[in-house]
Amino acid sequence: MGAQKKGATARVSEDSEVVAHHPLQAILLADSFTTKFRPITLERPRVLLPLVNIPMIDYTLAWLESAGVEEVFVFCCAHSKQVIGYLGSSEWSSKPDFSVTTIEANDSISAGDALRLIYERQVIDGDFVLISGDTVSNMSLTQALEEHKERRKRDANAIMTMVVQQSKPSPITQQSRLGTDELFMAINPDTKQLLYYEDKAEYSKGFISLDKTLIADNPSIILHNDKQDCYIDICSEEVLSLFTDNFDYQHLRRHFVKGLLVDDIMGYKIFTHEIHSSYAARIDNFRSYDTISKDIIQRWTYPFVPDILCGSSAIKLERQGIYRASDVTLSRSAQVGSFTVIGQGTTIGNNTKISHSVIGEGCSIGSNVTIEGSYIWNDVTIEDGCKLSHAIVCDGVTMKLGAVLEPGVVLSFKVVVGEQFVVPAYSMVSLIQQPTQQDSDEELEYADNSSGIVEVPYKLNGEISSDLSNTQYGPTPELGTGGVGYIWSIFEGGHDEEWRHSVAPIPTDKLAKIMLDKDEDEELLTQGGNALVEELKSDSEDDDNEGSRDDYASFEKEVEATFLRAVHENVKVDHAVLEMNGLRLSYNIAAVDCAAAIFYSMMKLAVESSHSSASELHRNAVEVITTWQKLLKSFLHDIDEEIEVILKFEEICLESAKEFSPLFPQILHLLYDKEILQEDAILRWADEKEGADESDKVFLKRSEKFIQWLREAEEEEED
Amino acid sequence: MPGTQTLVNDFISKLKKRKIEGSQATAKQTAELLRSVISQTRVPYTNQAAALIQSVKAVGERLIAANPVELAVGNVVRRILHIIREEDLSLTTAAMAGLNLSAVSDDEDDADRDNQPVLSAAAIAAASRSTLRPPSLQTLLEDVPDSAAVPHTSSSGGDSEGKSKSADKSSRSRKLKHDVIEAVNELIQDISTCHEQIAEQAVEHIHQNEVILTLGSSRTVLEFLCAAKEKKRSFRVFVSEGAPRYQGHLLAKELVTRGLQTTLITDSAVFAMISRVNMVIVGAHAVMANGGVIAPVGLNMVALAAQKHAVPFVVLAGSHKLCPLYPHHPEVLLNELRSPSELLDFGEFSDCLDFGSGIGAPLLHVVNPRFDYVPPKLVSLFITDAGGHNPSYMYRLIGDYYSADDLVLQRRATSGN
Repeated sequence: MGAQKKGATARVSEDSEVVAHHPLQAILLADSFTTKFRPITLERPRVLLPLVNIPMIDYTLAWLESAGVEEVFVFCCAHSKQVIGYLGSSEWSSKPDFSVTTIEANDSISAGDALRLIYERQVIDGDFVLISGDTVSNMSLTQALEEHKERRKRDANAIMTMVVQQSKPSPITQQSRLGTDELFMAINPDTKQLLYYEDKAEYSKGFISLDKTLIADNPSIILHNDKQDCYIDICSEEVLSLFTDNFDYQHLRRHFVKGLLVDDIMGYKIFTHEIHSSYAARIDNFRSYDTISKDIIQRWTYPFVPDILCGSSAIKLERQGIYRASDVTLSRSAQVGSFTVIGQGTTIGNNTKISHSVIGEGCSIGSNVTIEGSYIWNDVTIEDGCKLSHAIVCDGVTMKLGAVLEPGVVLSFKVVVGEQFVVPAYSMVSLIQQPTQQDSDEELEYADNSSGIVEVPYKLNGEISSDLSNTQYGPTPELGTGGVGYIWSIFEGGHDEEWRHSVAPIPTDKLAKIMLDKDEDEELLTQGGNALVEELKSDSEDDDNEGSRDDYASFEKEVEATFLRAVHENVKVDHAVLEMNGLRLSYNIAAVDCAAAIFYSMMKLAVESSHSSASELHRNAVEVITTWQKLLKSFLHDIDEEIEVILKFEEICLESAKEFSPLFPQILHLLYDKEILQEDAILRWADEKEGADESDKVFLKRSEKFIQWLREAEEEEED
Repeated sequence: MPGTQTLVNDFISKLKKRKIEGSQATAKQTAELLRSVISQTRVPYTNQAAALIQSVKAVGERLIAANPVELAVGNVVRRILHIIREEDLSLTTAAMAGLNLSAVSDDEDDADRDNQPVLSAAAIAAASRSTLRPPSLQTLLEDVPDSAAVPHTSSSGGDSEGKSKSADKSSRSRKLKHDVIEAVNELIQDISTCHEQIAEQAVEHIHQNEVILTLGSSRTVLEFLCAAKEKKRSFRVFVSEGAPRYQGHLLAKELVTRGLQTTLITDSAVFAMISRVNMVIVGAHAVMANGGVIAPVGLNMVALAAQKHAVPFVVLAGSHKLCPLYPHHPEVLLNELRSPSELLDFGEFSDCLDFGSGIGAPLLHVVNPRFDYVPPKLVSLFITDAGGHNPSYMYRLIGDYYSADDLVLQRRATSGN
């Protein structure tokens, strides 16, 4: 290893004292700064969660050691005591050529904070590997490092090399394999420079825009959607100072990488290193936990596989990928299927069937149990007749007679599931109550840093109720007779998402939907992701094509945001018109819908400004309409569009803002007065409605007087 | 002994990470490590052999556990245990002989100490050993006393004679260690020269205008073929590429640079080509006590093809590859499954390994075993550094190298650490 390091950044070693052998350093972030593994991570940090019965951090450290890294700084934040305690007691603290130093911080909320802190400590002096503690890899760093150093010699601005892996550009593979979003990268094929980086979660427009200077500056660009980010970066020390200079950088990819890519003042460059046959992946969510576990069992991560990593604890690989510890007590009639791991001291009863699962140490599994695709950690008790499919069961859980876990269930530490109880699919169950309000800061992984073991669990069958007073659920036995634990409710926006990140395979209908979205994407050049879009209005257009409806919904949302901004920032009406037009074109929406959307946002503004009575509301509406009439008018070119606005107004009164319904005739009159609506339009609307159902005619009746007056006025004119 | 402890840990971690490739390198490093373990072990006055055996066993168990697939580690550990036992035995018998001799010829001591007592001590040691266990194959075949096999014993025996009787006991402790280290040095020497010793026999086996087939790459095979080439034999070599690691390519390249007529074929073409082959010469990972061979994957197929066409199947193996265990022994881990990435590119097949869709389990399984087991009946001849042997004689050869007491080193697989 020493040989390849002697070329280490000549520039750097000049000012530091002359050391011929520059140790390769690594920063390992033992905190993911996300909440994806809740509720488990409330009690134990992610890096210590067992992955095929070995804590994740061991895979990362083992890889770093074998890749020639000599000094690792483990940054721990949440549950730092647990991480430090674990590292102190493990073999890692006593390796001769591999030092593991922990850096503890309690107030960091992002990777950016962590790197800033490490910069302050001044422990890094040269190139380092930046990795998160939940990464599994077996790649060789030699080549990537050499490339990185070679580039650094030529160009001091090449400060980072990002490891990417090829993956099949199948539309769903990335999502269904690792549960990550689709990633777009633009790479210069000659220099391997990264020019553009975009993960889908970030943009909402359905297209990606490349700066035209990119194309001007680079003779060739390849835009990839078949690359997977391994989250292994080889960085120069400038990276740390950059984080310090830009104190708003939080997220490594979202802020730092994108920040560097758009910033052409400093001219820093990021390059990529592609790996083909070796393995590297990061466990970001439950789905990737499942996938990577299976990859490990299938030995893609060789030599970091259970039978080798466990070493002396003697797990033997048997036929068909069954890993079995030496002292497993297995009933003669138990059936252990392929690709299963069974840890030490586990007993398995009669007629139990296990397949594609990982079972930890010291578990006792009764008779007639079916376990399929599940991850059972240590010291779990599963009584007779239980059924588990695609679930994660943490340490110390007890499942009583005949309990059933449906796909995607996560049982956190020490939960007890009552007899015959069926835990519904995708449930998260924990002894800790769900934090009542979600932290607005999504970067926080854990509720608090106290890292303590939980307070006394509240027994749901009412025997003991230690904190009955502050429970939000009351004494209903949530997990059946004798069950202990809370089922977490799925929080906002999560309902559509839960299947995405769970350990269970994606249901076929969802899979079909992703495929459908993709097809639409290609046709409309708009972003799919229907499932992601929250629907603003309920389905008045059920018969409509689902895709276009969602497009409209997101358009409407966008219009509203633009309008509100225009109001708050006193944008000139003309400018607002321009912006609306731009928006309309980009979404490919007809002028009719646009006018309706604008009207909708105006009304919403009126409703949302403070009002106590109908008259005040009326005044608000008058004010808004008077100020912004020009904006609305510029989208109303003919009578059809005006009718559309009236229909929209009706809809608003019926659904989103019922406060308006008594004011309907007044506002209609107002619109007429302001010459937004012509009388023809109103009359035609009235005529159309004449033939409609009774229920539809509520507003027509209310404004009967006004229409009557209009008609009379018309007749008079004719006379 | 903190020094050795770090050495041991270092070596164990290397073994665990599969950083050491090849049984020869492993065997040599194991022997060197155990030598330093022995030299650092403090031996008590009495029962020094037991103390040495104890410490070697303790380290050996951990080494074996670190990489149970690499049988050479266990072999070397057992060889060294055997050496300790042998040395101890010869010293004891020498001491006994010394007592007898000194009683008879006390005054001759000075004059004859260079010749006569040496021989007698060695002879007595050999005799006592032969009474303790069946005569070794070598003694039977060559009909010479063991002194040739263990020359160092004789010299040390001579030294011991020179010491006064009172000092004899205390010197023995240092002596035993010294002798053992000498013997281990010799073992290391043997291991590092095993290629040459095997290669020396090449001309006896490879004849003019023959066609030799081999699979994959083995240093022993390379040296063997080159030795025959140097002796002006002209012959042709078929090299089967040895998927998935394709080390056959490297062998072919190497053979060509040494001026040998070489043909590279795919593994699947072996059966088609075997009828034109005069002899199959391959290397082995380990040779078991029953004469079965653990060999690189694909060799069982080659052996079967050779049998079908009555082509001799010759296995070259250094003595460090002789494993005293039978293949059905629970301690023997016959195979190691390596990464599927040697077979196919992960990126290209990532969609086949998609667990999120479908039944939640991948439909594609990639199995990449490293070894084959070739049963003894398919092997025509073993060529070790001690000469050529029939598979059914392997257990006798093993009896020469190992003590029966050491066959089972681990009481329980989990006892280590």
